Amino acid sequence: MIKIEHLSKTYHLGDISVRALKSASIEIGAGEFVAIMGPSGSGKSTFMNIVGCLDKPTTGSYTLDDIEVAGMSDDALAMVRNQKLGFVFQTFNLIPRQPALKQVMLPMMYDAHTKTDMTERAITALQRVGLAERMHHKPNELSGGQQQRVAIARALVNNPRIILGDEPTGNLDTRTSEEIMQIFQELHEEGKTVIIVTHEEDIAKHAQRIVRFKDGHIVSDVQVKDRTSAVAVLASLPIEEDEEEETV
Amino acid sequence: MNLLESVYVALEGLKANKLRASLTMLGIIIGVGSVIAMLAIGQGMRKKMMTQIESMGTNVLMVFSGSTSRGGVMGGMGSRQNLTLDDADAILKGCPSIINAVPEASRNAQVKYGNKNTNTSILGSVPAFLSVRNFKLADGRVFNEREVKAMQKVAVIGPTTATNLFGTSNPVGKIISIKGSKFKIIGLLVAKGASSGFGGDPDDQVVVPVTTAMRRLFGLRYVRSINLEAKSMDVMDVATDEIKKVLRKTHKIADGADDDFTVRNQAEAMTMASDISGMITAFLGGIAAISLLVGGIGIMNIMLVSVTERTREIGIRMSVGARRHDIQTQFLVEALVISFVGGIMGILLGVLIAWIMGQATGWTIAITPFSVILSFGFSALIGIVFGIYPALKASRLDPIDALRYE
Repeated sequence: MIKIEHLSKTYHLGDISVRALKSASIEIGAGEFVAIMGPSGSGKSTFMNIVGCLDKPTTGSYTLDDIEVAGMSDDALAMVRNQKLGFVFQTFNLIPRQPALKQVMLPMMYDAHTKTDMTERAITALQRVGLAERMHHKPNELSGGQQQRVAIARALVNNPRIILGDEPTGNLDTRTSEEIMQIFQELHEEGKTVIIVTHEEDIAKHAQRIVRFKDGHIVSDVQVKDRTSAVAVLASLPIEEDEEEETV
Repeated sequence: MNLLESVYVALEGLKANKLRASLTMLGIIIGVGSVIAMLAIGQGMRKKMMTQIESMGTNVLMVFSGSTSRGGVMGGMGSRQNLTLDDADAILKGCPSIINAVPEASRNAQVKYGNKNTNTSILGSVPAFLSVRNFKLADGRVFNEREVKAMQKVAVIGPTTATNLFGTSNPVGKIISIKGSKFKIIGLLVAKGASSGFGGDPDDQVVVPVTTAMRRLFGLRYVRSINLEAKSMDVMDVATDEIKKVLRKTHKIADGADDDFTVRNQAEAMTMASDISGMITAFLGGIAAISLLVGGIGIMNIMLVSVTERTREIGIRMSVGARRHDIQTQFLVEALVISFVGGIMGILLGVLIAWIMGQATGWTIAITPFSVILSFGFSALIGIVFGIYPALKASRLDPIDALRYE
């Protein structure tokens, strides 16, 4: 599904050139769950941004569903982001002052094809992440975990085949992180390709495969032997004060 | 994203910052409002001037004595007095296109009746002044040719002067004193309305036979001007030529020498008035347009602030599939909504200001569809011109940089 060959990215900061990615090659098949790891400056975020079609590689090839993406125009990339990819960020990236329902409807507004049942589809997506009853709440009325679930609903609403998460649990506590990972695992089981960037081993172990970056190179690519099940971890965690009570 | 959705998103964006949006809008409201009000005043003035000129008759010509030239220094028009009553007769006789010739001489003088007195303009004229100057009689009659020839001490009085001297009672038949001479009032003029004439209030004057004014009252040899009525508007140019020919002959001007008189016709006066009022309108409108421009700069300023503030939002929108032109449209539509709504409110404000000014000052106010369309179109244009740069700036953001913006 994703085939990347000799991908490199060079940033120019004034006179200095920074080679963030140096000839990375990788293939990710449909339905895989991959965790990308590496220290900061290793190129993992650059890699993720290119996979997410937010950034363009300097050289190399990136085919998505057998279509070469590397040389596409900005508008064509926007359509790929809209149709094929769902992006979840560490900082949630919700639009301030807009209720959850509106946030989730956003990708549909930029979708040239389907304009019907927008509200219905958004509610379905919110139900999928268990937040239907909070669809009229604004981001400042939601906890971090709830905000991230809104963001996931937004990533799901156009029914993309690939879900990307750039440190999706980076701003969340352990329990909430597990809840978010549970959603990712469920999505994976439903057949979606899931790729997340993380620097936490515990989180990475929820994936099937861990790819490690260092200095712009892929240094290891291994299958996870003892995968963590978010459901099992949640069951073992002590029951805390429900986070939802501290908000609203 | 279609236009309707863009407008919706833009409205949402503006709603998020209501005070800021309304203050920006205020700039456009004031700009459009002042353009509308200023143009209404300018156009009103033009309309009034045209009505006045037309009320004086469009087939009227005026002859003034010409300019003097001594040692190369030109005096102004009328700086040498050389028009006589004979000139008026000569023109009437010698010009087939002229049907009436009305010589006029005037001076200010004290007029008394009983214990009341007033200083007013004494106009010496001939009976035809009624038709040439578009006056009407409210009561009595105008003096006749015989009375003019005989230098009779009879007078036709303007309504304002009449009120000053007689209050509400009818002045016809009363005897007044002008510079010590007794005059019998034989007629009362209909009011034309104050300030509806050039060179003084036409309602505040006393009209006497021109011979009486020149010889008995003021000892004048020359008349101020001769007003002439042509057969129709179409023969104005012919009439001008005829008058020049006659006057050059009576004034014994050698071939090749300059005229010592000036012939003016109403068409020229109209063109002049139109030019002047056009200039004043352009001047007023221009100043008002500057405020509209300032309003436009206000839009640009606030849109730039908005783009910077919402950099992250732009990044989010791009990350879920907004194309560059979607972002551009969103911000451009926001600017346009401000200028459109501001434009409409500005029109209402301008009409209100114009109306209030008309009520307060008595000026004629004319709000033309042209000025409404012009200022609304201008404000829309300003929305586009000053909105396009911030919108382009927003659309050219790099999605990654925008998402990382703090």
